[in-house]
Amino acid sequence: MLNASLLLAATRPAWPDILVFAASAAVILVGAIGVVTSRNPVHAALSLVMTLFGVAVLFIEQEADFLAAVQIIVYAGAIVVLFLFVIMFLGVDRSEEINVDPLSGQRPLAFILVGITLAGIIAMAATSHWVTGAHEVVGPIQGHITDSASPSGEVAQLGKQLFTTYLFAFEATAALLVIAVVGAVVLARRPPVPPDSEDTPSEHGMAS
Amino acid sequence: MSLNGAWYLGLAAVVFSIGAIGLLVRRNVLIMFMCIELMLNAANLTFVTFARMLGDIGGQAIVFFVLVVAAAEVVVGLGIVVTNFRRRSTTVADDLNALKG
Repeated sequence: MLNASLLLAATRPAWPDILVFAASAAVILVGAIGVVTSRNPVHAALSLVMTLFGVAVLFIEQEADFLAAVQIIVYAGAIVVLFLFVIMFLGVDRSEEINVDPLSGQRPLAFILVGITLAGIIAMAATSHWVTGAHEVVGPIQGHITDSASPSGEVAQLGKQLFTTYLFAFEATAALLVIAVVGAVVLARRPPVPPDSEDTPSEHGMAS
Repeated sequence: MSLNGAWYLGLAAVVFSIGAIGLLVRRNVLIMFMCIELMLNAANLTFVTFARMLGDIGGQAIVFFVLVVAAAEVVVGLGIVVTNFRRRSTTVADDLNALKG
């Protein structure tokens, strides 16, 4: 009897965990709604940073320390900066009118469809006890590092798996990044046009 | 011990839905991209939650690859947006109607 109550108390989440989750969830949801409802793209980008920080906090809460760091560095440090750079570069940092619905009936339809999808996802997950499958197929999260001086068992395990089980995928992502960089350079480069062909009719004129 | 994983999965589903609504409703291509990032983040949160619930490091490895692919996708996508802006001077998806019959 005493054992059972102790077990119950051990599995019940402590109040700091509940507090961290509630605060992070509030930050994430406010940021996500801010992205969708912002009139100004710059405000949307800053709301996106807010959401990304909240997700990083939840990563730390779930023992994914390395991914939290990568989330901050790659998403908040690189991707959002790239977004802001493009917004400033194009000069589209103006407010836009979002109250009108350009395609009548699109917004209610979107809400209904996404609502059905959300209800379906949650119902499906709840009826299958949220997660199914075998435990520790690829490898355990904490690893078998017994040295208490190195608390980074999860990081060591992730690195080990990345360079053994997922080595081919890892190499493929390297190739993907190189291809993306080359593609971005090619796309953003101005085509070398002869100076006398500046006024030829572009496809913009032909299309309209 | 952290909270029950169901809370994290529910939160991720809600964030995914918000991103999907934004992608369907908004017309600015840049904001549509940000909504895709929201959806990717929700999927990442789901993966990390599954990794914790099953005690499997594979979920975290997948999140690593999703981050890389998201970075590549944003780079190429924004390159396309910049190129399009040079030709059409707009980032509104409704104005990209060159193929309209």
